[in-house]
Amino acid sequence: MDNTQKTSKKKLSFSFKQNMFAYLLLLPSFIFLSLFTFYPTLKSIHLSFYSGPMTRLQFSGLDQYKEVFTDEIFKKVMMNNIIFIIGTVPTSLFLAMYLAIWLNKKMKGSALLRTSFFYPTVIPLIAVANIWLFIYTPQYGLLAKFLQAFGENGPNWLGNQSTVMIAMIIMIIWKDTGFFMIFYLAGLQNLPKDVYEAAIMEGAKPFQIFRHITFPLLMPTTLFVMIVAITNAFKNVDHLYIMTKGGPDNASNLLLYHIYEAAFTNWDLGKAAVLTVVLIVVLLSITAFNYLFLDKKIHY
Amino acid sequence: MYKKINFTIIILLGIVFFIPLLWVFITSFSTSKEVIGSSFPLWVSNPTFQNYIDAWNAAPFLTYYFNTFVIVFGILIVQLFTITLGAYAFARLNFKGKNVLFILFLLQLMIQPEILLFPNYQIMSQLGLVDSKLAVMLPYWASAFGVFLLRQTFKQVPFDLDEASRIDGCKWWQTLWHVYIPSAKPTYIAFALVSVSHHWSNFMWPLIITNSDENRPLTVGLALFAQSYETGAQWGMVTAGTVLVISPLLIAFFIFQKQFVSSFMHSGIK
Repeated sequence: MDNTQKTSKKKLSFSFKQNMFAYLLLLPSFIFLSLFTFYPTLKSIHLSFYSGPMTRLQFSGLDQYKEVFTDEIFKKVMMNNIIFIIGTVPTSLFLAMYLAIWLNKKMKGSALLRTSFFYPTVIPLIAVANIWLFIYTPQYGLLAKFLQAFGENGPNWLGNQSTVMIAMIIMIIWKDTGFFMIFYLAGLQNLPKDVYEAAIMEGAKPFQIFRHITFPLLMPTTLFVMIVAITNAFKNVDHLYIMTKGGPDNASNLLLYHIYEAAFTNWDLGKAAVLTVVLIVVLLSITAFNYLFLDKKIHY
Repeated sequence: MYKKINFTIIILLGIVFFIPLLWVFITSFSTSKEVIGSSFPLWVSNPTFQNYIDAWNAAPFLTYYFNTFVIVFGILIVQLFTITLGAYAFARLNFKGKNVLFILFLLQLMIQPEILLFPNYQIMSQLGLVDSKLAVMLPYWASAFGVFLLRQTFKQVPFDLDEASRIDGCKWWQTLWHVYIPSAKPTYIAFALVSVSHHWSNFMWPLIITNSDENRPLTVGLALFAQSYETGAQWGMVTAGTVLVISPLLIAFFIFQKQFVSSFMHSGIK
């Protein structure tokens, strides 16, 4: 037997043992992933083709989907999600970048300011909802009292279809900007210093430096934070439970909260399953888009 | 000039961002008359501690604290075990189907358990676990995020160290214990902080799966407490309850600020 054969044989027998060893190490994680991620995902897909009460489920093909997709409330909820993303993501990203660029400089008070922007991140969203509910209350809320000082009487922010979404968007910007600022601070610290030195030597103006150096170099951070922000917009709905219950007339309802209502208020399982499948597809496409398309574009 | 304008804007923004916390704190020490009547809400002329006493007596906050503690650390301890084994396998072993398994793990990053509210509820009811602390914890005992985070760190451990410890006669778990785990300490701290703050804040899933005070965490307790006192006259009490819930996190944040910030930074660089 020559040497190469010997080693390949050894490698094979070793690899069987190593395979088993690796599987055993992954087993604990895999049990929980299977039970609470893979199986429920498949179950939602399966259940989305059935309708009727839990005990007498009947196969109904795509009927549930048709029903959901033509439902006016569903359309409104999806539209709300889009408005919510357009309202929160660009503003909080821009604000986070702006703050990070200025607070990255080592100056007196910049640590204190960073804290002021970051602390909302560590407060549970449900507690944030309590605080902002009182801020938005008409007549004796904080905002109302502030406006009264100028002789104005603010509207009922949360009770009004035209203002409730703006109120939510402002609150989420307050909660998330500091979180995104942290990623930009990390991104800024990885930027090459010599490029800046060269630019300053050439006499570039601060805004030119931002436009031609900082902004493009921060693009990978921006895209990463954008993905996080968009997926968060679909996941964070706790505040609706306290502040509006999705109302008035579904004006502030979002997809995950709509699922909660369908499943646990109306006990409409088929509808909840279809909505869950929609949410899964949305989240998978956002991440797939990131991995397949954006990742390639930004790692030049 | 440029600098001055921008810093003025940022300081003003910083004050605006800070006001909600300040206000909640002040309101929690105000009498109901002042909450409604005073025209300058960022000041309290007759501070009172009564709101805290009332809130404490109106809801079993001690039980909620205890439950949150059990849930948060019950999740963390099991997670540390599962992610260590998983990260070691993905970082240092070659095996059949590694890529497929890796992608399956990736799925959990996108489809997190909090989205699967309804199917997971059904599973818990089949397991007979509805209204238990165990049911709140179980879906989070595997963490793809933790596995990926730790795998990156384990990969940076020099292979020579691994081999040297084997030559010295270490079994794999001894190598893991003496070589890998100590070298990943910052990653473990980062993961622990992110995990604890995340699960301390979690609301929807515990709301659905628990229905008695013995199993409810602080977030669910606070939501139910706040909803039973909606009128302005009781704001003092509700804000006191809110302060009770957020202060452990805020105090932890102010003490470990550097670690918190670097943990969140860390967790972003996946």
